[in-house]
Amino acid sequence: MPTGIVALPPTRNTSTPMSSAPIYLDYAATTPVDPRVAQAMARHLGLDGTFANPASRSHMLGWLAEQAVEGARRQVADLLNADPREIVWTSGATEADNLALIGYMRANRARGRHLITSTIEHKAVIDTAHALENEGFEVSWLKPSADGRIRPEALEAAMRPDTILVSLMAVNNELGTVNDLEALGNIAHRHGAVFHVDAAQAAGKLALDLERLPIDLLSLSAHKIYGPKGIGALYVRRDTRIEPLIHGGGHERGMRSGTLATHQIVGMGEAFALAELERGDDMQRIAELRTRLLEGLGELEGARLSVPEGHGMANILSIGFDGVDGQALVMALRRLALSTGSACNSASVAPSYVLTELGVPTERALATLRISLGRFSTATEIDTAIEDIREALDKLRTDSRAQSA
Amino acid sequence: MITEDELLYLDHAATTPLRREALEAMWPWLTARFANPSSPHGLGREARAALEAAREELARGLGCRAGELIFTSGGTEADNLAIKGIALGVERPPAARRLIISPFEHPAVEGACDYLCRHHGYRLERLAVDRNGLIDLDDLARRLALPAALCSVILGHNEIGTLQPIERISAIARAHGVALHVDAVQAAGWEAIDVERLGIAALSLSGHKLGAGRGIGALFLRRGVPLEPLLHGGHQERGRRGGTEQLPGVIALARAFTLARAEAERHGERVAALRDAFIRGVLEGCPGARLTGDAERRLPHHASFLFPGTHGEAVLLALEARGVICSSGSACKAGEDEPSPALLALGVSRQEAQTAVRFCFDIDIDQPQVDRAVRAVVEAVAQVRGLGGR
Ligand SMILES: Cc1ncc(COP(=O)(O)O)c(C=O)c1O
Ligand SMILES: Cc1ncc(COP(=O)(O)O)c(C=O)c1O
Repeated sequence: MPTGIVALPPTRNTSTPMSSAPIYLDYAATTPVDPRVAQAMARHLGLDGTFANPASRSHMLGWLAEQAVEGARRQVADLLNADPREIVWTSGATEADNLALIGYMRANRARGRHLITSTIEHKAVIDTAHALENEGFEVSWLKPSADGRIRPEALEAAMRPDTILVSLMAVNNELGTVNDLEALGNIAHRHGAVFHVDAAQAAGKLALDLERLPIDLLSLSAHKIYGPKGIGALYVRRDTRIEPLIHGGGHERGMRSGTLATHQIVGMGEAFALAELERGDDMQRIAELRTRLLEGLGELEGARLSVPEGHGMANILSIGFDGVDGQALVMALRRLALSTGSACNSASVAPSYVLTELGVPTERALATLRISLGRFSTATEIDTAIEDIREALDKLRTDSRAQSA
Repeated sequence: MITEDELLYLDHAATTPLRREALEAMWPWLTARFANPSSPHGLGREARAALEAAREELARGLGCRAGELIFTSGGTEADNLAIKGIALGVERPPAARRLIISPFEHPAVEGACDYLCRHHGYRLERLAVDRNGLIDLDDLARRLALPAALCSVILGHNEIGTLQPIERISAIARAHGVALHVDAVQAAGWEAIDVERLGIAALSLSGHKLGAGRGIGALFLRRGVPLEPLLHGGHQERGRRGGTEQLPGVIALARAFTLARAEAERHGERVAALRDAFIRGVLEGCPGARLTGDAERRLPHHASFLFPGTHGEAVLLALEARGVICSSGSACKAGEDEPSPALLALGVSRQEAQTAVRFCFDIDIDQPQVDRAVRAVVEAVAQVRGLGGR
């Protein structure tokens, strides 16, 4: 194989004229890889970079790869104010959620068999909790209040002497609502349970100081914060015992085996380091764009926010429209790349379970748009999106009036 | 002082660099075309189409249907998914909770079996092998005659290079109705594999052993074989493996596999001939040296030795000083100095097992490189022995 630096195609697609290019409003499903992250990954993808197996400590190249992996571990730990030894690499937040729930429950079953989570968690938590039920564990399912959050009192009431784990998300992926992690974690701890937080949507956007917060396990994903897909991590507070999910050579202090994907890990580290630097700017700009979006959409006929303003992240807006057919609406918005539910369960046309849990009627749930903004969103894109949605609604309503007339 | 350009990397069984063609195929999907394959919009559908096209490509290479492939984060996850997933895929009476494996499976297979033994009442049985690492087929037939959940066999061995007669093993497993999982992480790309013809239940692959980069792998799982997922959540991979798909890795895996197969078809015999020349040169130049594994039935790019009177780690250092990078055994077991269980299973003594060194070529190996490697090995072994060996 020839050595030397590989010439790479451009990182951004510049050939498509702006007018016909779709407008990306689906940052909660996945984000583009930041060009600076792509650069860092490229260095570890070619023969010019560090290609040897991180576990083959004996030779030089392996040592270089290991350095890169450990540097990235520090970058991720720094963003959370954690110790690098508390970061376990996984293939994403789904694996991190599985490892946290299954790993903790299996390793600590002698202390209790009860787990508490909520009905609006990501499928990675919900399906895993169901799998644990099949394994003989007991699960209590908390329901959200109308603002899309889990009330601490609801958790308090559900705690039992045999509760060993509470798993609640930091930020909901469909609503953008933020849980009070401090209050929830304190309750779990007061009752002797461990607190797991799915922070896939929160990391890099919300300040998470694990030195201070009562959190023991925390799931992370790179591709929600301008890193690559297929890499994530589980934060495991020291002295928290978990049974591995993927067994083998004993990598990651025995908690997760498998050859480490250096370029992916470097990408995640770089993405987290950038998030630390740019979080303030990003979130301020996105908050301004959200205001613009809300001003434009809020005045449209039949528009209703899925949750009241004031408890959520600025980057996610869930808005439904009364009196239009959801499928037709989505079809009419071809130029807008957005979601109607979570991307992770949008293969079917059933209403999103998150909206259903909030009591949103099926028809409006199907006509709900999840618009999520990010680092590369612009005011022009927002204006175009408002215009497209307004036109689509007008047209659908005119058509349906013409039909019923 | 050896510069990095002069390094002769002969550790391709530990990991092999990402192929340029695979990098070029994946790069657009890592950058400009980044959408989530599960997203309902046009960009998402485009990503989904690319994912399914890559799945088709890999399926053609393996002789299976696209729906029989599950993408994973690597070989370790694929092995875990196969072993635990098949064993726990159906409720089994205690007598059938038997796992039959070779005595030298990868730690991923061993670890998954160990988990089933600790938590689910399974028993592990290891097959008898001969001095070259070939599985005793009579022993296999005897053990599979009794109810068993699964048999798992490594096709091409990472440490000793032996290739198992997988057609015959599969025929025995089928005759007894026991699901056979094949760990083909080392053999994939090098060996022609037709899973349909072999009639096996499952087969594991890993990207970084065949030029697709790390952090991607695949499990072939025959249609109709019940599976308990390892990673729950979401509908990805038809509900058999949750998590947002790593599309760039999948594309790299399909591309690299296709290219590796084409090259092995054209150059595999040349590589095997160079390997034989290397083995001859080393055995002639290092008195007392022994090849481990089978001389004929072995991976075409793999040569592994014992150098009595040395210590493998010392030989490695002496080779590294001469710019030759290789390994003393498996790189998959994070930094340990235990003698290799694979070598012990062949009847090698603990002391001799510490003298093992493994060399693995890539497809571009040539005669001058082989000559240089032989010289380096002969010098390195003589140097270490001269220092008093172990
Ligand atoms: C809240 C939440 N948890 C978990 C996940 C799963 O993450 P990953 O795609 O890295 O597996 C996602 C996104 O898909 C998410 O939004
Ligand atoms: C035979 C075998 N199986 C499984 C694995 C594990 O694969 P991965 O490194 O992709 O986790 C390896 C190598 O590490 C191997 O050589």
